[in-house]
Amino acid sequence: MAGVDDEQGGVKAPSDIAAEAEAAPDLTAAAVEVIPPEILAQSLRQYLRAWFTRVRSGDAGVLPVVAALVAVTIVFQIVSPNHIYLSPGNLVNLFDQSAVFIVLGMGEIFVLLLGEIDLSIGYVAAIGGILAGEFVQPDINWPWWAAIAAALLACAGIGALHGIIITRLRLPSFVVTLAGNLFWFGVMIIILGPAGGVAITSTIQENQKVLSGIVYAYIDPVISWIGLLVIVALLGGSMWLRDTGRRRSGLVAPPVGLTLAKVAFIAVAGIAVVAICNINRGQYLPIIGVPWVVPLVLVVLGVSMVLLEHMQFGRHMYAVGGNPEAARRAGVGVTAIRTWAFVLCSLTAGIAGIIYCSQLGGITTNINGGQYVLYAVAAAVIGGTSLIGGRGRAIHGLLGGLVIGAIYNGLYLLGLQIQWQLIATGLVLLAAVTIDALSRRGATGGSLVRV
Amino acid sequence: MDMTTPEGGPAGGAPGSEGRVLVDPPAGTEPLLRLRGISKHFGAVQALFDVDLDLPAGQVTALCGDNGAGKSVLTKTIAGIHQPDKGEMYWEGRLVHIHSPKDSASLGIETVYQDLALADNLDIVQNMFLGRERLNRLFLNEDSMERAAAETLASLHVTTVRSIRQPVATLSGGQRQAVAVAKAVMWNSKLVMLDEPTAALGVAQTRMVLDLVKRLKDHGLAVMVISHNLNDVFEVADRVAVLHLGRMVAQDRISAFDRESVVDFMTSGRSSRQVATSGSSQGRN
Ligand SMILES: Nc1ncnc2c1ncn2[C@@H]1O[C@H](COP(=O)(O)OP(=O)(O)OP(=O)(O)O)[C@@H](O)[C@H]1O
Ligand SMILES: [Mg+2]
Repeated sequence: MAGVDDEQGGVKAPSDIAAEAEAAPDLTAAAVEVIPPEILAQSLRQYLRAWFTRVRSGDAGVLPVVAALVAVTIVFQIVSPNHIYLSPGNLVNLFDQSAVFIVLGMGEIFVLLLGEIDLSIGYVAAIGGILAGEFVQPDINWPWWAAIAAALLACAGIGALHGIIITRLRLPSFVVTLAGNLFWFGVMIIILGPAGGVAITSTIQENQKVLSGIVYAYIDPVISWIGLLVIVALLGGSMWLRDTGRRRSGLVAPPVGLTLAKVAFIAVAGIAVVAICNINRGQYLPIIGVPWVVPLVLVVLGVSMVLLEHMQFGRHMYAVGGNPEAARRAGVGVTAIRTWAFVLCSLTAGIAGIIYCSQLGGITTNINGGQYVLYAVAAAVIGGTSLIGGRGRAIHGLLGGLVIGAIYNGLYLLGLQIQWQLIATGLVLLAAVTIDALSRRGATGGSLVRV
Repeated sequence: MDMTTPEGGPAGGAPGSEGRVLVDPPAGTEPLLRLRGISKHFGAVQALFDVDLDLPAGQVTALCGDNGAGKSVLTKTIAGIHQPDKGEMYWEGRLVHIHSPKDSASLGIETVYQDLALADNLDIVQNMFLGRERLNRLFLNEDSMERAAAETLASLHVTTVRSIRQPVATLSGGQRQAVAVAKAVMWNSKLVMLDEPTAALGVAQTRMVLDLVKRLKDHGLAVMVISHNLNDVFEVADRVAVLHLGRMVAQDRISAFDRESVVDFMTSGRSSRQVATSGSSQGRN
């Protein structure tokens, strides 16, 4: 009989595996168990009521991260010396510091969406920043745009390498990019050479000035107001036209009030940012204007959002993240999508690295890429992106990156050392993951009640 | 390769038995899809063994068989999800090789899978158009897709979903199945395969799917339905094919069967009350 048992064991195993594979997507299923309120609501009032129901059922959306941001702001405003936390100078500084976390987080979201992770982008970002910096040194002196393009191309190539190894050799992204983290750290040290750093602080080299100007050059106030007007008009106008058009032809659309509220929010937020940046924040010489890094971050955000939410490629990314087998059966090129996700992740990280280089005036071997990548994952998760895949938006990188930047900045103002910043960020990350897990559990309970 | 043991290993059928069923296509007509000698194994499991199957246009073929008989594997092989180890497929008389779901879709084959192939995080419209999104230059044409999806759902009388934009994760099992069926019939296909399409459905939705199957047939499509419900089979099928432990043990016009003979074939691979089939395999026991 033993032989028969053995054989049956051998026979059963594959179907067990198949059963497990089929059960797996159900974990993500629970993540979105509650119908989003904007789909069903006919009026703003109904929307708010549905939204409260949803929050109470455990799926709080962006509420926790916004609440965290508000709480952090209030606390630091109260405890910071001379209450300088909310001063224009510090707010601009805070955004400059957050920009690296934000863009790194937005990069990480591309792979988190697929249920993958990239643990190498800290040093990939550093390589991007270093290459851009090296290419504008006097001996090479490429035009700034060529330096940036070449650096980003190199980062994209690194991402492609990761993606190809992961998809072709069928290795877990966790391990491959962990190896990449060490590998690119080493490569970075080699690139920096005996000098151990690259600086872009020259005041005569035009191309270096452009790079450092990403953070330290400011847009003329008049132009920034005009730019804001154009952006709000275009964005608000297109949102309004789309929603009213859909409403008129009987398609699913949010209530009028919600569309208006969104447009109003974009306008108010934009006005606040431009107004704050256009207050003089210099102590001796006047410093006025929106730093270029603000529109740069917004461009990265906008491109990511369009790619993910309005293009076929993004639709397929969500499909692969939600149910890879369903995507494959629908004819989606799952391998290509996964490879491209790593390309986009590293490319975006390269942008973050260039911002970092601009902000610090260069990069040395002291850069802690291993820590930055954890901040990137933290930013995405704090913002609301799920580690399981299938759920995440580019805006999560902005929100989560701001939270991390705010903590970083506030503790710095208090004169607290790096150790407190690490502890605080760790706690916030833990809270974010807990909220994510709770909302999933709560939602599952909700669905059981409903069925 | 033959793992069957005299002691009665799980694969069952008598070693060396000639499992071929001779199929006579209706005179002069080439079936839309003709399978010859399709075999497929997973490790030690021989899921399909030398399977022949004809799917003529304008007819509903019911594929019957016990749990684990290989019905879903056969469906997925035709759909391009599994590659057969050997055997040929002829589409409209032409030898074809289906390597991927894209290949089968481009031939005009649509499939409703038993393990529903929907992405839970996407909404109904996004699922129905997955892989075939309508574009407005570079961008998704959501309006057009939503309208088409709504029309298809309405034509199938799928009225219980609250919003066509709700994530599939928020749907009940039956609603999901309805969406999966709608997804398959939205395209101008020539062959629709439905793997237990009514298993999770209520009375009204089952009615709807059966009516839909008849309508597809009236439109000249070839339809293959897998069902354990013999009432459904005898209501809609023109032809019946029975799999037993991976072998095709009977295949003929429905008039050649009655309920008992189908059950016999399903459970033992043979029937004493043979009606009109020519030659079937003789599974033991
Ligand atoms: N992906 C797979 N890997 C390994 N074995 C598989 C796989 N798919 C199916 N099998 C095996 O092939 C055999 C046939 O399975 P199949 O799913 O086709 O049965 P079925 O006729 O559809 O049964 P049911 O009526 O339960 O749906 C089973 O023994 C099953 O365990
Ligand atoms: Mg099956």
